[in-house]
Amino acid sequence: MSELAMDTPIDRSAMKVSDEVAIEIRNMNKWYGQFHVLRDINLTVNRGERIVIAGPSGSGKSTLIRCINRLEEHQAGQIIVDGTELTSDLKNIDKIRSEVGMCFQHFNLFPHLTILENCTLAPIWVRKVPRKEAEETAMHFLEKVKIPDQALKYPGQLSGGQQQRVAIARSLCMKPRIMLFDEPTSALDPEMIKEVLDTMIELAQEGMTMLCVTHEMGFARQVANRVIFMDQGQIVEQNEPEEFFNNPRSERTKLFLSQILGH
Amino acid sequence: MSDTHAETVSYVRETMLPQQEPPASTVGPLGWAKTNLFSGWFNTVLSVLSGLFILWLAYRLLPWIISPTWQATSLNECREIIGALNKPHGGACWGVISERWKQLMFGFYPPEHYWRPVLSLILLLVALGPLLFRHLVPAKVIYFSMLYPFIAAWLLWGGTIWNPIVAILGFVIIGLSLKFLTSVLNPALALIIGVVLAVIWWVALAGTVAGGLSAVLPIGIEAIASRQFGGFMLSITIGVTAILCSLPIGILLALGRQSDLLLVKAMCVGFIEFIRGVPLITLLFVASVLLNIFLPPGTNFDIILRVIIMVTLFASAYMAEVVRGGLAALPKGQYEGADSLGLDYWQSQRLIIMPQALKISIPGIVSTFIGVFKDTTLVSIISMFDPIGLSNAIRADTAWNGVYWELFIFIGLVFFIFCFSMSRYSMYLERRLQTGHR
Amino acid sequence: MTTLTDPPSESFRLSMLIYDTRYRAITFQIIALICFLLFFGWLISNTAQNLADLGKEPSFGFLMEPAGYDINQRLIDYNNQDSHLRAAFVGLLNTLLVAFLGCVTATVVGVIVGVLRLSNNWLISRLMAVYVEMFRNVPVLMWIVLCMAILIESLPAPRAFRGDDAEASMKLFDTVAITNRGVYIPEPLFSRSLGDIPVGNLFNISIDLIAILIVLAIGFYVSHRIKLKADATQEATGVRPRTWYMRLGVIFVPLAALLVILGFHLGYPELSGFNFSGGTHLRNSLIALWLALSLYTAAFIAENVRAGILAISKGQTEAASALGLRPSITMRLVILPQALRVIIPPLISQYLNLTKNSSLAIAVGYMDITGTLMGITLNQTGRELETVLLGMLIYLAISLAISAVMNFYNSRVKLVER
Ligand SMILES: Nc1ncnc2c1ncn2[C@@H]1O[C@H](COP(=O)(O)OP(=O)(O)OP(=O)(O)O)[C@@H](O)[C@H]1O
Ligand SMILES: [Mg+2]
Repeated sequence: MSELAMDTPIDRSAMKVSDEVAIEIRNMNKWYGQFHVLRDINLTVNRGERIVIAGPSGSGKSTLIRCINRLEEHQAGQIIVDGTELTSDLKNIDKIRSEVGMCFQHFNLFPHLTILENCTLAPIWVRKVPRKEAEETAMHFLEKVKIPDQALKYPGQLSGGQQQRVAIARSLCMKPRIMLFDEPTSALDPEMIKEVLDTMIELAQEGMTMLCVTHEMGFARQVANRVIFMDQGQIVEQNEPEEFFNNPRSERTKLFLSQILGH
Repeated sequence: MSDTHAETVSYVRETMLPQQEPPASTVGPLGWAKTNLFSGWFNTVLSVLSGLFILWLAYRLLPWIISPTWQATSLNECREIIGALNKPHGGACWGVISERWKQLMFGFYPPEHYWRPVLSLILLLVALGPLLFRHLVPAKVIYFSMLYPFIAAWLLWGGTIWNPIVAILGFVIIGLSLKFLTSVLNPALALIIGVVLAVIWWVALAGTVAGGLSAVLPIGIEAIASRQFGGFMLSITIGVTAILCSLPIGILLALGRQSDLLLVKAMCVGFIEFIRGVPLITLLFVASVLLNIFLPPGTNFDIILRVIIMVTLFASAYMAEVVRGGLAALPKGQYEGADSLGLDYWQSQRLIIMPQALKISIPGIVSTFIGVFKDTTLVSIISMFDPIGLSNAIRADTAWNGVYWELFIFIGLVFFIFCFSMSRYSMYLERRLQTGHR
Repeated sequence: MTTLTDPPSESFRLSMLIYDTRYRAITFQIIALICFLLFFGWLISNTAQNLADLGKEPSFGFLMEPAGYDINQRLIDYNNQDSHLRAAFVGLLNTLLVAFLGCVTATVVGVIVGVLRLSNNWLISRLMAVYVEMFRNVPVLMWIVLCMAILIESLPAPRAFRGDDAEASMKLFDTVAITNRGVYIPEPLFSRSLGDIPVGNLFNISIDLIAILIVLAIGFYVSHRIKLKADATQEATGVRPRTWYMRLGVIFVPLAALLVILGFHLGYPELSGFNFSGGTHLRNSLIALWLALSLYTAAFIAENVRAGILAISKGQTEAASALGLRPSITMRLVILPQALRVIIPPLISQYLNLTKNSSLAIAVGYMDITGTLMGITLNQTGRELETVLLGMLIYLAISLAISAVMNFYNSRVKLVER
């Protein structure tokens, strides 16, 4: 597995976990038609936690984090984000979506808008921030992901890694309190993976609450304070990264780790 | 070139070969003809046959076209001129074109006012500028584009200037109520209130206000009745208005067709399939004989307006299908991206989905426009004087009884120029979109 | 850790109708339904009042009254004492006739032009491009009117065929007369005819025709069986037996035998007096409409065919050649099956367009459903509402039938893909 992110020294002490609950998922179940994708999920995430979700393909990782901002609807149980329960109430959904940022595997930038416009769109239309202020915020975050000079280009003119960093900046412009990442690096070439992971590490060091589906085990070891292993729609094991990688307890986890780290 | 290395196995080239000309038989006009015209006996036969056909056509056509009959005032006069020249295959009678081309262009519009439709056409190009050539035209022109429909209507039909102004005021009312009420109310509610106010204004007040104002300040140009409209001017008026009005309706229908609301979806599908299932001519019959029956007793408005309404409905069903194609071409990630940022349905449609979907559908929109423009000729069947209707009238005239090639060549050529250039433009766009940034 | 209390028990609030995703959909649909019903109610009440003012009561009774007008081009018996309904039926058959003839011709011309447009012969492909652009960019109504004008103005009158030194003569060994009153072609006659059977009270079907169709159907079926057998032999032994003469034979030999038995012969048109008699008379209006519609639609079909063939990537041909398949087999087994899948859906929608465009018949006086029901019947009875609505419904039914064929095809192709 890629150890690319290992060379950056990381100050883990800065990443404090408070005991305030950010996300609480209780007995959540979800079906696609007859197919039971998520089975009895229970998960509490405190503010400041960095959680990595791993698991074989099709185990429901993406579905789980997409439920958190209601890109998918769950059918049973509760999801409470920042004290607001996700129900069919549109106002709650809108509120949670503006509090929770998300990065996709394929970036999903808007190709007809410039980088800057991509970043200012939601603050202007959802948060009703004046344009000038929105642009300043956007430039601030673009600087943070190290591409301020690309602001006036279109997404199609950027490399994959740059696009993903723009996508991160776009979410950050909404000043989210929680960030969701769905395999942000798996569509990228190795040299681009590092630049994206560095951005994510920086975010973690600032104390952002993060839920991250990824196969970058180096990143998990270094940044995560908890690793969650999913299989067949269930949380099979969760532990601190050291323990998780060195002493996996369930057979499934061992098998998964041996496949993913074995060569 | 040295051959010294030929027998050894390891090899190093010492002299580089210069670039050489290809053999003469594969390049130049001869080579071109060989590959493109005479490769194999079948192709050769085809080439010879079609070459002969073209020659024969030119031999028959050219003398016919070059016929000095531009001054003639009747078919008989033409025949005399041609008879005097002793041509073997006769000649064209161009007199009918030089006498009637203005009528074919403008119908019975008074000649001293020809500048009005011409000016509206020129202004139309300006108004479309922001849409067609986004990079070249300053963005401010968009305000002119919004005013254009009123300016054009006023130029074409004339009358007092207060009519378009009070009409615009209605839209100003909608705009103002949107602006001031959205802070207190739900935007949809604000829109509904605005529209209600505007309708009250248009129906109840606008007429009297315009009348009063024009009594006080009579500014205006001569009013021209709809039945004086004709020729290509009529076709363009109907075609352009219908296509512009059909765009928003088509977008709504396409969104409705994609909606999860089953009832809304069923209504949209029903409408689209009904309109696409019946010929346009039946809709024009509705315009000419039924629309007045459907509307409140006593309403009796202009036939052009009735035709425009039906052609608009017709075009919007086709437009909806074009837009639907554009929507289907967008990746699902675009919807998810917009959702994850917290944009609501209308915001994500307006800011994210539609700009992209419409851009993809521009070629389809242009070809719908070409289709509608050609179909405007059908109004001749409900006795309006579009170019085809006029051609029937001209052929019924005793002076020109028996003329047909010349007339139809002229009409066909004008249609061809319009439609062909538009289709080339849409192909150019299509190519640009394919290679453009994505 | 903060603990979460159980969610408050849900009580229904009015705002949930708009802000709750569960009710929102229902609310909007009800609003839409109400608007829709109000709109229709408004239209219907307007209509009722207007009709009452005019003293008309909507009724379809007029369909049974005698029509009182003649239809010169018709497929079934009709005279002006027959009802409006029968006149409309004659019109419907005429619509179907010209649509059928047009679709067949347009397909043949369109496929040839489309293939030739891809020819590597520069001259031919240019010529075909000119044809396509010329027809596509000019209104079909103009082509119809122009064709009619050419037929009427440039063809010889029947009397030009008279006398010893006639100005005009019949074509194709004196069997076809092309005049400005229409084209006279030989008609098939049976000297030992089996007679007609009436279908309801509407029209008669010739038993001869039915017999011919049955023999043909059996012939095609047997021919198909022979092909299947040949396929099986090829699969078992690897060698394909030569069967084409057998396959043609089983179709044509019985047919020829049947024709002889029925006493098949042609009735030729003949000049009698100032006009032709005998033979089948195709009116100018039919020919003009047929020609114009087919040539116009063929231009569109040509583009579809070209696009379909271009859509099959060059790689397919190359891969097939690399496998050693000969061009004819590559075409038949690799290119055509894929190209047809692309071509047929737009082809069917061109058929739909042609059928709808056939309503322009009214411009040249061909009596199709528009010319009869929505033309003369409307004018004579003053029943605008009933005739136009009925006409629209008939066209809608035809269109839906054609789309059903298309959907059936699409779903079948989809199944094959999986
Ligand atoms: N829209 C859908 N309809 C039906 N089944 C779906 C849908 N989306 C996902 N699934 C199924 O749900 C399961 C979980 O999907 P999910 O995308 O969450 O997996 P994942 O763990 O993210 O896998 P990967 O690592 O490949 O992304 C899969 O078996 C998938 O086939
Ligand atoms: Mg996934």
